[in-house]
Amino acid sequence: MAKITMTVNGRQVSGVCDDRTLLVHFIRENLGLTGTHVGCDTSQCGACVIHMDGQSVKSCSILAAQAAGSSITTIEGLAQNGELHPVQAAFKAHHGLQCGFCTPGMVMTAVDMIRRHGSDLDEATVRAELEGNICRCTGYHNIVKAILAAVHETGGVRQAAE
Amino acid sequence: MGVDGIGARVARKEDRRFLTGKGRYTDDMSVPGMKYAVFVRSPHAHATITGIDSTAAKAMPGVIDVLDGKQLLADGIGNLICGWMIHSKDGSPMKMGAWRPLADRTVRYVGDAVAIVVADSVAEARDAAEAVVVDYDLLPVVTDPVQALAEGQPQLHPEAPNNLIFDWELGDAGAVDRALGAAAHVTELKIYNNRLSPNPMEPRATLGIYDAGDDHYTCYTTSQNPHLARLVMSAFYNVAPENKLRVIAPDVGGGFGSKIYIYPEEIVCLWASKRTGVPVKWTSDRTEAFLTDAHGRDHVSTVKMAFDAGNRITALKVDTIANLGAYMSLFSSCVPTYLYATLLSGQYDIPAIHANVRTVYTNTAPVDAYRGAGRPEATYLLERTMETAARELGISPAELRRSNFIRSFPHQTPVIMNYDAGDYEASLNAAMTAADWNGFAARKAEAERRGMKRGIGMSCYIEACGLAPSAAVGSLGAGVGLWESAEVRVNMVGTIEVMTGSHSHGQGHETTFAQLVADRFGVPIDSVNIVHGDTDKVQMGMGTYGSRSGAVGMSAIVKALDKIEVKAKRIAAHLMEADENDIVFEDGSLKVAGTDKAVPWSQLALSAYTAHNLPPGMEPGLKEGAFYDPANFTFPAGCYICEVEVDPETGRTKIVQFVAADDFGNVINPMIVEGQVHGGVAQGIGQALLEGVYYDDSGQLLTASYMDYAMPRADDLPSFKVSTSNTPCPNNPLGIKGCGEAGAIGSPPALINAITDAIGNNALTMPATPEKVWAAAQAAN
Repeated sequence: MAKITMTVNGRQVSGVCDDRTLLVHFIRENLGLTGTHVGCDTSQCGACVIHMDGQSVKSCSILAAQAAGSSITTIEGLAQNGELHPVQAAFKAHHGLQCGFCTPGMVMTAVDMIRRHGSDLDEATVRAELEGNICRCTGYHNIVKAILAAVHETGGVRQAAE
Repeated sequence: MGVDGIGARVARKEDRRFLTGKGRYTDDMSVPGMKYAVFVRSPHAHATITGIDSTAAKAMPGVIDVLDGKQLLADGIGNLICGWMIHSKDGSPMKMGAWRPLADRTVRYVGDAVAIVVADSVAEARDAAEAVVVDYDLLPVVTDPVQALAEGQPQLHPEAPNNLIFDWELGDAGAVDRALGAAAHVTELKIYNNRLSPNPMEPRATLGIYDAGDDHYTCYTTSQNPHLARLVMSAFYNVAPENKLRVIAPDVGGGFGSKIYIYPEEIVCLWASKRTGVPVKWTSDRTEAFLTDAHGRDHVSTVKMAFDAGNRITALKVDTIANLGAYMSLFSSCVPTYLYATLLSGQYDIPAIHANVRTVYTNTAPVDAYRGAGRPEATYLLERTMETAARELGISPAELRRSNFIRSFPHQTPVIMNYDAGDYEASLNAAMTAADWNGFAARKAEAERRGMKRGIGMSCYIEACGLAPSAAVGSLGAGVGLWESAEVRVNMVGTIEVMTGSHSHGQGHETTFAQLVADRFGVPIDSVNIVHGDTDKVQMGMGTYGSRSGAVGMSAIVKALDKIEVKAKRIAAHLMEADENDIVFEDGSLKVAGTDKAVPWSQLALSAYTAHNLPPGMEPGLKEGAFYDPANFTFPAGCYICEVEVDPETGRTKIVQFVAADDFGNVINPMIVEGQVHGGVAQGIGQALLEGVYYDDSGQLLTASYMDYAMPRADDLPSFKVSTSNTPCPNNPLGIKGCGEAGAIGSPPALINAITDAIGNNALTMPATPEKVWAAAQAAN
């Protein structure tokens, strides 16, 4: 068993889990943060993307123990003071989600994508960057539209960088 | 139209919880004392179970119990059933083989459930599942549906000789043969419709809770139709009587048909909860989803289409073999029959049609409805044939379609359907304009200079949504009625809750349905809540599939709203001492027309419940329920055009534009409707270009993960050009036709027609992988 301490959404948390426990299961089961989802077994679908020390990570692809001491942001930690993050707001405005299951991972990936590319993001780059996130509902049309809108119409670039 | 009313692009009410991680999916549910289940599954496609030894597994850390099929049988849990009776043309009923929730004697596909392990954690349950020793005697295997019908093949069920489930026909064979004999031209084609895995992103899950205090069961499950799940589990599987079984389908992460059916796992988890005394949760992993979620399509067909000298279609003859897998899933029998052959007239005036359909058992996962369900198979067959015929006849594919369109309504086809309304030419023209069809030659020439082969293809689809009326589907073999129910509860302060039997798993009902209510009474959309997915909260329901929630589900709400309106007007008239015929809804109040007398909606609601001053004899309260049974199917239709560039060096296809022009009848929220088209088209493109379920000869599934099964990714797809040109449906109060499946129905033939146009070779099967396209292009040279 491993006793793990990390910072999640700005709060220090601790938990005990099997050595083999994946970070995504630690987040969901130990911390009760069920916004991070599991959609596959092979690190393809991206429903579990979180930010670890400022970078997007598939939380199904590392052990919880490997994340000890790190700073994690999950989908629950993105909106501040009840205000949607501009990327979340853009997904809502542009109907970038339907069933909502892939959405947390999509949003976390989009925020990271915008942080790295800023206003250089174009449609082709967004589509290439979404390689690791699968959506079955939207055909990606409105997800791409929402991410580009977050870059070009709102404060998405600024907030993603913060 | 108000800002929140019918026709407005209202942002979705449900989005906030999904965007902030507050969605409530089945796997998110936890209850005190809950334990975790893992299923022991057959690694063999066909075998006899000779023994199960779970002694070692039971002794492992954290294990509560291991239960198998013999115990399940002893406790009287029934077989899984197919709920739609089809009779063969010789009059005999379909041959339904026994499907045990836990196999006790024979396993018939890889993934067949054999035992359940309940433990403190998923990891411990998984460890123990590997320690359950199951002895199998292997049996020969057949996975190919054509081979399965031949003499001397492995037999899956003793009830079904030669694996034939039914041999069914529709239409006038004699008339068709006469027309074929007299034809000026006959186009013949062999059509494969590839097997698909639905792949909603949320894997199936269930939480079974048995309460010994009340002898009551609660089932959280990833279902598109919780009331149907309760009915089937109660009436056929003997889990519990309906009043002792509550089924809750909370947020559900996509369905596409695969979550209509009642699978073994929810039955077994409920039973296991009673046996073990603890709540039992099971969540599918993705490999289990590929193995056990009902697959879609998998047809092999031959088609003959007859034309007269004027290029008018005179007859269509279709022979289809449909693979239903190892067992008959809940609606598997109606998909390749009444949802398929009845649509073979397409948008065309065809005097004679005959279809023969044989369904077969194979050692593969059960096959059932997947987005479109029968209609994509019919459309693909018909629209590939039309395109092929146009090429053979040397005329434009648009003109061949145009000259055969049905132009007057209602139109009775030779295959049951009576089309109520449509304007197929309007969609065709809209699509051709949006795609700049006339500019294609120049674009092709430009592509050729870059060494690329450019092609364009179209597809004119029709579908039938909102299966109905109940009496009609009953006469065709359906085991249930296909109405919908709604209850509208106006609360004392005027806020409104609508309990609907429809179920949203991505379709945005919480918004669209609220728009309908807001529009009707002039109340803010935020004061309207849509409640669904819980058999304890919603009176009755048939759920969401077949694009029925708008046309049928919302029509039931309209009926309930009508009753509310009548009562509200009576109360208002009484309060204002006016005639109820003079009362109108305006700006959130009930007013006496032409005067300044008004009662605000909230005050009206309160008056209904204080009951201090109601018309004599009127019951207090403002709550009404309704059932709606449609008069007919609805018939969405449209035209899709796809333009591709094929790289002849690699065989890689790039979709350079995709145009969808649909007729959905009246639209409540265009933003949501467009989203449905985007998603449907993406799934259709997935079928045509990328996706395919493959078994090897021993019945092992070769495509059991996202590393092997090619799901459409963002960079496989273009942005889509979508538009609608709508003719209202005359048969329901809102004029809605339905939009959920159209994209998946209309798109595959458009894409394959485009690729075959580009490479100059019509012989291409789905999925059109680079390898196949390259080989077909080479063969054409």
